[in-house]
Amino acid sequence: MLTLITRRLIQAIPVLLGISIITFLLIYYLPADPARMYAGPSATVATVDRIRHELGLDLPLWEQYLRYMQRVLSGDLGFSYRKQIAVTTLLLNRIPYTLALIFGGIFVELLIGLPVGLASAVGRGQWVDRAGMFIALIGVSAPPFWLGLLLLYWLGYLIPLFPLGGTGSLAHLVLPSLTAGLGGAAWYARMMRSSTLDILSADYVRTARAKGLRNIFVIFRHVLPNAINPIITMAGLDIPWFIGGVVLVERVFDWPGVGRLAVEAIETVDVPLILGTVIFTAGVVVISGILIDLAQGIADPRIRHGNR
Amino acid sequence: MKKKTLFCFGLVILMTLLSACGGVQPAAPSTENAGGDMTPQKGGSIIIAYKDDLATLDPAIGYDWTNWPAIKMVFDGLLDYDSGTTLMPRLAEAMPTVSEDGTVYTFKLRKGVKFTNGRELTADDVVYTITRVLDPNTGSPGAGFFVGIKGAQDFMDGKATTVEGIKALDANTVEFTLSAPDVTFLNKMAINFSFVVPKEEVEKAGENFGHAPVGTGPFVLKEWKSGESLTFERNPNYFYEGLPYLDSITIQVGVAPDVALLRLEKGEIQMMGDPPPGADWARITSDPAWKNRIEKQPQVNTTYIAINTTMPPFDKLEVRQALNHAIDKQRIVQLLNGRATVANQVLPPLMPGYDESYTGYEYDPEKAKSLLAEAGLADGFETSIECISVDPQPKLCESFQQDLAKVGITLTINNLAAPNVIDDAGNGKTPLVWSGGLAWTQDYPDPDDFYAPILGCDSNIPGGWNWSRYCNQEVHAKSIELLAETDRNARLEGYKPLFKSLMDDAVWVPVINGEYDVAHAENLHGQPTLIHPEHLFIYETMWWSQ
Amino acid sequence: MKIDSQRRVSTELTDEKEAAPLVVQTARDQSGYLSMAWRRLRRDPAAMFGATLVIAIVLVAILAPVLSPHDPTEQFRDGLTPDGQPMPSTLLANGDSRFPLGTDANGRDLLSRILYGTRISLIVGVLANMMAVAIGALVGSVAAYFGGWVEIVLMRFTDMMMAFPTLLLAMTLVAILKPSIWIIILVIGAVYWTWIARVIYGQVLSLRERDFVTAARALGAGRVFALIRHILPQLFPTIIVWGTLGIATNVTLEASLSYLGIGVQPPTPSWGGMIQQGQSFYRTAPWLVIFPGLAIMLTVFAFNLFGDGLRDALDPTQR
Repeated sequence: MLTLITRRLIQAIPVLLGISIITFLLIYYLPADPARMYAGPSATVATVDRIRHELGLDLPLWEQYLRYMQRVLSGDLGFSYRKQIAVTTLLLNRIPYTLALIFGGIFVELLIGLPVGLASAVGRGQWVDRAGMFIALIGVSAPPFWLGLLLLYWLGYLIPLFPLGGTGSLAHLVLPSLTAGLGGAAWYARMMRSSTLDILSADYVRTARAKGLRNIFVIFRHVLPNAINPIITMAGLDIPWFIGGVVLVERVFDWPGVGRLAVEAIETVDVPLILGTVIFTAGVVVISGILIDLAQGIADPRIRHGNR
Repeated sequence: MKKKTLFCFGLVILMTLLSACGGVQPAAPSTENAGGDMTPQKGGSIIIAYKDDLATLDPAIGYDWTNWPAIKMVFDGLLDYDSGTTLMPRLAEAMPTVSEDGTVYTFKLRKGVKFTNGRELTADDVVYTITRVLDPNTGSPGAGFFVGIKGAQDFMDGKATTVEGIKALDANTVEFTLSAPDVTFLNKMAINFSFVVPKEEVEKAGENFGHAPVGTGPFVLKEWKSGESLTFERNPNYFYEGLPYLDSITIQVGVAPDVALLRLEKGEIQMMGDPPPGADWARITSDPAWKNRIEKQPQVNTTYIAINTTMPPFDKLEVRQALNHAIDKQRIVQLLNGRATVANQVLPPLMPGYDESYTGYEYDPEKAKSLLAEAGLADGFETSIECISVDPQPKLCESFQQDLAKVGITLTINNLAAPNVIDDAGNGKTPLVWSGGLAWTQDYPDPDDFYAPILGCDSNIPGGWNWSRYCNQEVHAKSIELLAETDRNARLEGYKPLFKSLMDDAVWVPVINGEYDVAHAENLHGQPTLIHPEHLFIYETMWWSQ
Repeated sequence: MKIDSQRRVSTELTDEKEAAPLVVQTARDQSGYLSMAWRRLRRDPAAMFGATLVIAIVLVAILAPVLSPHDPTEQFRDGLTPDGQPMPSTLLANGDSRFPLGTDANGRDLLSRILYGTRISLIVGVLANMMAVAIGALVGSVAAYFGGWVEIVLMRFTDMMMAFPTLLLAMTLVAILKPSIWIIILVIGAVYWTWIARVIYGQVLSLRERDFVTAARALGAGRVFALIRHILPQLFPTIIVWGTLGIATNVTLEASLSYLGIGVQPPTPSWGGMIQQGQSFYRTAPWLVIFPGLAIMLTVFAFNLFGDGLRDALDPTQR
């Protein structure tokens, strides 16, 4: 077990390193001069050069990178001169919102996807199945930002059930979570259907039926718990994917999370903020990947011992 | 918040009913103080919603219309404007005495003014403040306004440790010496950058001063929830008797204008910081319930296409003139729902020195084509323009694209974020720039503000705001003369030929002069108006009728 | 979804939003296999419906100039109300067929823009996906087949690229390179290939140990030869499926980038861009948002349906 952890951690290091290097290079080539932006539009050329020197922007690239990584590893992700606040502070402020949205989204995905998938599998081949899968396909096909706008329009404006964006209460979380989750719900429905179909043909289910137990009982007592297992694992895997995916949802609903922050950063060419958010989100993805692998390793002994 | 919502909502209903019965007369916008039948009442709290985040409350750094009015809540300057454009003393006891040659200004400070940390204001604070703005380490965008002070350039270049021309003569007297006479200096002492900051608080907070400001102003910052809202409360020890009227003001940020409008309609907020979105404009202007809830003020600004006079083919006068004839300005006004007026010259109509008799270049695509032929470009050419990517600027640029296509010019639009546009334009990297969203709005009511910083030789530097990269020595010399001219009428008359020559040289295509519209709750009033010609919103004189 | 514990590649299951078929046939059965797959496809009504839709959409893209009532970039004087608002459908308003779906914020005909927008979506979707599949298949198969350092380096590199949030990476790249249709294609391809690489990697890993490969090598085939001649053809089903389903994802990606303002530049019509321009009117002129979105959804749906059908036809055990 310990070897598994160590091995994954060691494997993660070059990945994280690579991410930081690539991001740093990307930012370096952005067409805006950070020293000029820091100094302000009316500073003289001499002033800008001085600031460039102070920010260390005239050092060779690898030195700049090392300085930056030094600061990152000590928790300092830089200072956003456009927002006049430390990047780390800003990220810490926004993370809870994105987390709320992610969990809300996963909740919606499971809430809608699981029953639909289960019903489709149980009613396999019949209209329930067809309808379920058809709706699932539509859900997957609709672009998330469009769904969000439609929900905003129908459930926020035409029928003012929910607030129109912003935060403050659970009601504010509903529409963004729906938007974030609907696309994924469709996918979960399909997965749940496959998983349930596998279980339905298993021996112990047939035994239960042969024993004369009623179908409903069989489904809820035997099929459901086993069908859900892999799905729950997949929900965990969803988290890193969500982090990238919430960007659009946060944009539509003005949700003050990390995704929207990243978009703002790129739009306003806020170099330290871009660096900070990209490294941060990539880091989260890598680390949650490790944690999930570990979780699966703990759950499934075959993985723990049988790895090549 | 819920209780307040109900309360405000109830008030709005009540007032609407009352006004329907003709029971309430709204205060008419005027430039007279305490006019009309309404006397301001003390008390009340309001919420105002903005789309953009507020970056900083540091007076030396803030330079946009979101943070300027907020900064004025927390800080004061030596001078200020009355409800119009006339200067009057604020932290200064009286208007300063000016020396014979117009280079030495002596201010006597009011006694007993305290910062909100308890310490009394002294002349040293003023010296510290202006020096700080000039200090390159601060990175203040307003440094340029004070380079006329003697010794400022040496200080900025690191050749001196203090600015020679700023002296504290005693605890209550400050003296400024300029390198050359400048009648606009007083305006510069009323601008946000000159607002006085306490040294010990700035040093204690360091980079964080913009988020933890301490000043002498009518309000105190109570709470700042990053990315969400800022709450200000009345300063009980404010030196101006009777001000402010409101008990507290909350600024919400990150709220899109259409959401803000709906919140205003529901009574959840009392004012929108951004103009109501175009999509709703027709609806609310035709709705009688909205009659007293929209305040419109023409802005003292010009939105223009800056033409880079150093980049071919725009170095040819005929091409620039062709551009002026090719643009359909009425269409732009239409695309802006009529919330602007066509501009034909550099100065906006409300700026003193505006030339009523000047007619400018009329819309004439045929004339444009013949001018291009004269310049040898009858087959047209390709070029590009940069616009900021905030709605509605891209759609205005697409209108330009079609206009130019009609005269044979292929225009590529580069929609970029504001900092990119400012950067590229300031460094002469783009042939054309649409200043929509970045319109040049007056810093103070003097025509020089529309010449020196944006079309003068001194601003024709990398990173400067002279996006046309234009420098005409004759015009420059004339402007220096005019800065020293003390006879106001002669000055204003003198600017007319100056700006006319700029238009003859077709350095810009002036397109529109903007209008600022504020949607607000019926009970919210300004004294006399919510919008101020210099400060945009003036929070200290807002009041709530109960 | 079977968990193959022997070939546990921890990340194989992770990001496959569209599962790939596990290939069961041997190389010898290839031609019979394909014709059987084709028959299955023909008999699947959903897949056929999807195919029809796809063909219809391609036709629309090709025939856009013929089908559109106007030039999609022309801003009409009478395309706006006197106070500058977009106009609703003239058909519904007064039976006039001038602007069947109404106009946008610049007074341009919405129907024409939607029809022409099909071209952008298809061009970007197809080309970007081709690029992604090519790169992904190459990386995945080389890594799995040759093993050793090559495998470690390539797969770690793939991991790294996958860790970047897709949209953010795309945005940053476009911000550096200035948006244009070719840059968009390049960027989407450069960001999307990792998913395919993963899938192909897993597949080649299992194929590598198969008897027919060992047999071929025993008979003297070189490693590269074996890879190309014996393994790659087995990947065709996966590649075909991803080649189709991937278009759906890429169309959505292009729409997302345009929605964020960094897609194709004006005045070229793009569905995502149209939604972005129209979103501030979603209350007073919702058609500006609804119709382009429907177009995206329909296109993505068509490719998803067809792609699903292909996958089912090529590997019925998945049903």
